[in-house]
Amino acid sequence: MPPVVTVANLRKAYGPLVAVDDVSFEVEEGEIFGLLGPNGAGKTTTMECVEGVRKPDAGVIRILGHDPADRSDDLLRRIGVQLQEAQLQKRIRVWEAVDLWKTLFPETVDADGLLAELGLTEKRETKFMDLSGGQKQRLFIALALVNDPQVVFLDELTTGLDPQARRRIWELVLGMKERGKSVFLTTHLMEEAERLCDRVAIIEHGRLIEIGTAPELVRRHCPERTVHFSTADAATPELFSGVPGVSAIVHDGERFSLTGLGPDFISNVIERVAEHRLRVTDFRTETPTLEDVFLQLTGHSIRD
Amino acid sequence: MLRSAAQLAKLTWVEIKIFVREPMGVIGTVLVPVILFALLGRWMTRDLEAPSFVSSELPILAVLLVVIGAVLSLTTILAIYREGGILKRLKATPLSPLVILSAHVLVKLVLTSVTLLLLVVAGRRFYTGPPPAAPWSFLGAVIVVSLSLLSLGFVLASVVRTARFAQPVGSILLYSLLSISGLFFPVAALPGAWKTVALLSPLTHGVDLLRSAWAGAGWAGEWVALLALLANLVICVAVARRVFRWE
Repeated sequence: MPPVVTVANLRKAYGPLVAVDDVSFEVEEGEIFGLLGPNGAGKTTTMECVEGVRKPDAGVIRILGHDPADRSDDLLRRIGVQLQEAQLQKRIRVWEAVDLWKTLFPETVDADGLLAELGLTEKRETKFMDLSGGQKQRLFIALALVNDPQVVFLDELTTGLDPQARRRIWELVLGMKERGKSVFLTTHLMEEAERLCDRVAIIEHGRLIEIGTAPELVRRHCPERTVHFSTADAATPELFSGVPGVSAIVHDGERFSLTGLGPDFISNVIERVAEHRLRVTDFRTETPTLEDVFLQLTGHSIRD
Repeated sequence: MLRSAAQLAKLTWVEIKIFVREPMGVIGTVLVPVILFALLGRWMTRDLEAPSFVSSELPILAVLLVVIGAVLSLTTILAIYREGGILKRLKATPLSPLVILSAHVLVKLVLTSVTLLLLVVAGRRFYTGPPPAAPWSFLGAVIVVSLSLLSLGFVLASVVRTARFAQPVGSILLYSLLSISGLFFPVAALPGAWKTVALLSPLTHGVDLLRSAWAGAGWAGEWVALLALLANLVICVAVARRVFRWE
């Protein structure tokens, strides 16, 4: 199947500031694709170019076979967009917004069903200004889904929300994927990227520095695993120096931390522990996450 | 086309509802002018004979002031929508900017009509000026003038970035044009350059058309004014469409 979104050598500058520099990637049909990076990395600019809200300076974008800059009706009715920090009229009621959006498209889903799905049924008479942050975001998701789009764009969807509201929105995003929609999202939250995205592209200073599934990226850039365990038995670091793949051994009283490479490293440690009949009181493995990958690639944490 | 009409109707209706939900807006644009009008009328009729200006030209001034108010509030509300990211949200939909502008114009026209109607009702009790010789012809003139002036608001509303900026820019432009529109002193009496500006201003032609319609002279003698107003409308719509800023 051809990708739903293809971006090749995208570039966009605001005066002297190059926001997006030579960015290329694809979004496959039916996947959740995430653009991960710190604030100001160029995520929103990239996404808005793909949505057709912004005009790129250079590069080629194809979405469902269209150039988004043309704003063709056929394209606009097949995509759903949630913009970062968007607002509606302060005094528009929830149902009125959905009703208005329904007139923008020839084919739309049932409004009541949509509101129910997003947990907004009880809020349908509420004015936009009286909604909480999470409710506003859910309304924006509703508006993005009104036309039953094939591709959904979600820009910093859960920024500023409390953990509970965030989880609820994650469920909704996973639900979109289940119904066969392709989702393109941006986030600066590692957990969000790990939980939702089939594939992640890491972007910094306007450049795409890595792309792949989270496990792939971890294997590629942080292949080492660490095993922590404690034992009261007499054990010396030398017992483990022969474990295949081991690269570092830290020993502090009863506690051991072994770091090593290779797919069998953890099994090898377990085997060695069993061989010596050590009674282990605590055993834990540490697998690197996207957070570590990001640190490894950029030299700083995403929050810096 | 049909869908645009449906969108326009829906958006207009929603915007009217939203407007009515804001009490200050209703008080400011509809009630205050009518109350002031009625109070002024009461003082004047009590103390002195109404000057001829009041009796003959007041309806025209009233129309223009209400339309100018509408242009200014159109400019301001679009600036607010732009600043608030509401227009940007609409950009990512198949909605055309002309539908958005037209919806707001329709809202303003509805409000203008309500205000005018109330002014007429309020004025009836206090003023002894002549009624319009041909009410329908006058109403037609009001609509043409309103559309033409509101299209000026289209252009302003399309380009002015912030609400804080919108109000003064619009006021300076429109009230200046009103002052040389021929309503207060004849255009012929203006100095050279001003005369040219006045002849290019849709407000001047608006005054001509409204005067003629009020007097019952019909539109036949006013084809220059009518043409100028329609040309202004067409040009402004085209310009607004090109320069419309979503954010």
